[in-house]
Amino acid sequence: VSENFGFTEVQRSTGREITYLEAIAEAIAEEMERDDRVLVLGEDVGGDFGGAFKVTKGLAGRFGDDRVLNTPIAELSFTGMATGMALMGLRPIIEMQFADFISTAFDSIVQFAATAHYRWGGAVPWVVRAPSDGGIRSGPFHSQNPEAWFVHTPGLKVVAPASPADAKGLLTAAIRDNNPVIYFESKPLYRSLREPVPVGEHVVPLGSAAVRRRGDDLTIIAYGTMVREALTATERLSADGIEATVVDLRTLKPLDTETILEAAASTGKVIVCHAANRLSGVGAEVAALIAEEAFESLDGPVVRLGGVDVPVPFSPPLEDAYRPDATKIEAAARTLAAY
Amino acid sequence: MGDLSRGIIGFISHLPQSLPTTLGAAMAFRHRREPRVALTFVGDGGTTSGAFHETLNMAALYEAPFVVVIENNQYAYSTPLHQQTAVTDLAAKARSHGVRSTTVDGNDIEIVHAATVEAIEHARAGEGPSAIEAVTMRMLGHAIHDGAEYVPPELLAEWERRDPLLLFGRRLIERGEATPAELDQVDQDSRERALQAIAAAEAAPWPNPAGLTSGVYA
Repeated sequence: VSENFGFTEVQRSTGREITYLEAIAEAIAEEMERDDRVLVLGEDVGGDFGGAFKVTKGLAGRFGDDRVLNTPIAELSFTGMATGMALMGLRPIIEMQFADFISTAFDSIVQFAATAHYRWGGAVPWVVRAPSDGGIRSGPFHSQNPEAWFVHTPGLKVVAPASPADAKGLLTAAIRDNNPVIYFESKPLYRSLREPVPVGEHVVPLGSAAVRRRGDDLTIIAYGTMVREALTATERLSADGIEATVVDLRTLKPLDTETILEAAASTGKVIVCHAANRLSGVGAEVAALIAEEAFESLDGPVVRLGGVDVPVPFSPPLEDAYRPDATKIEAAARTLAAY
Repeated sequence: MGDLSRGIIGFISHLPQSLPTTLGAAMAFRHRREPRVALTFVGDGGTTSGAFHETLNMAALYEAPFVVVIENNQYAYSTPLHQQTAVTDLAAKARSHGVRSTTVDGNDIEIVHAATVEAIEHARAGEGPSAIEAVTMRMLGHAIHDGAEYVPPELLAEWERRDPLLLFGRRLIERGEATPAELDQVDQDSRERALQAIAAAEAAPWPNPAGLTSGVYA
């Protein structure tokens, strides 16, 4: 049992404890310092204000207004503008104020940015930062998890960190990547998760999952906020002698199929859990992958936990019923363990 | 198709998308203090899209070295201009966002050229974006499959008389800057070049399916 929810791969001696949100801000500032092609744009990101969640606070004063560009409310076109900047050699970080607003930028992302390299060799090295997820009573337009749309789109990479160290390391890798990357940050973790994060350069390669905990009875595969919920569930399960492996996907596209299949094969029972809607979600792809590639190793059905197929409810009891949490993961794990 | 070594961005069928992308190129030039200008085209149909209005607003706001040529060719696929927009003065739409705008005879090559050069020089001088509405006519269908039977024949006949190549050729001859024989030769050479390019493309091998997945990522 670990007080830092199993994120033990980071040595305390090499880092100091900062929040998930501070880790994101640190990655941006360090990359802007390292590479003058990196710039930030989005709604309310500039000046002293520093964005709705204050991730970019202080950057305008440090790097100038040219590199911290306030935009009007025009997600479609400021994302398209970032694509043009990226084609010309800059490395824009686009702040989507909430992941929910990304639907207004959909055309710029999936039609243009995602296809440019395949069509004619135009590299688009930008990152969209998308503050996602709910459980914090933010209602239907400030709580969504739209990552499956982008996983389904050829040419994009999709990232969803679950810890402060990964928030920094994956964002650094995303900024340095030569392709369009959608970086889903989990709002519920912003200030509630504080852990050791390396000082200075810290890169977590895209496409590699992390095993947060080892257990022989079953595997829970999750990402984002649900990694914390899964680890909380495993502590309760462990008290009753049920030991679970927890895989944090970290990158949703490209998927680390090797780590997924190794964990599935070693435990024979798998739960896939995400806060996004279960229907046609990333969990469906993971479950299908396991069914195709690890069928012989399975000792039970692959179980999927995810949001119910309804708009995210505003009312607290409805939102709690809508989304998975540690209690629901624990219940599913007990059932699966007994299968 | 695109080729960044020639400064050409490869655009997509959702044509209004070329507007914000080109603005981004202009913003990159501004960012690096390069004396470069980014120019793109949109049709009358594209001026009704959100991307048009969002982009022109930002272009004016950021005083970007950006030029948009609005090719007002009267039809968006089968829909005539007056069924697309209540404001048929397309330069006025750009002007409403604070972008200096002008409407020109899109079939007069010299006028279009002069307006474009002026707009580019204005942008290069750091004085901000421009829009040029070039009024013209789409003489063929929306694409090769489209016979454009919905266009009144008398409208096509009227514009046929104003064919930009004929107008310009006549002017060159009147000014003594070219002879009819020279212009015929230009026509013939151009046709020959196009036919050779088509023949080369048709003779080129098909891609190998083994390469299907290469190039998705940079």
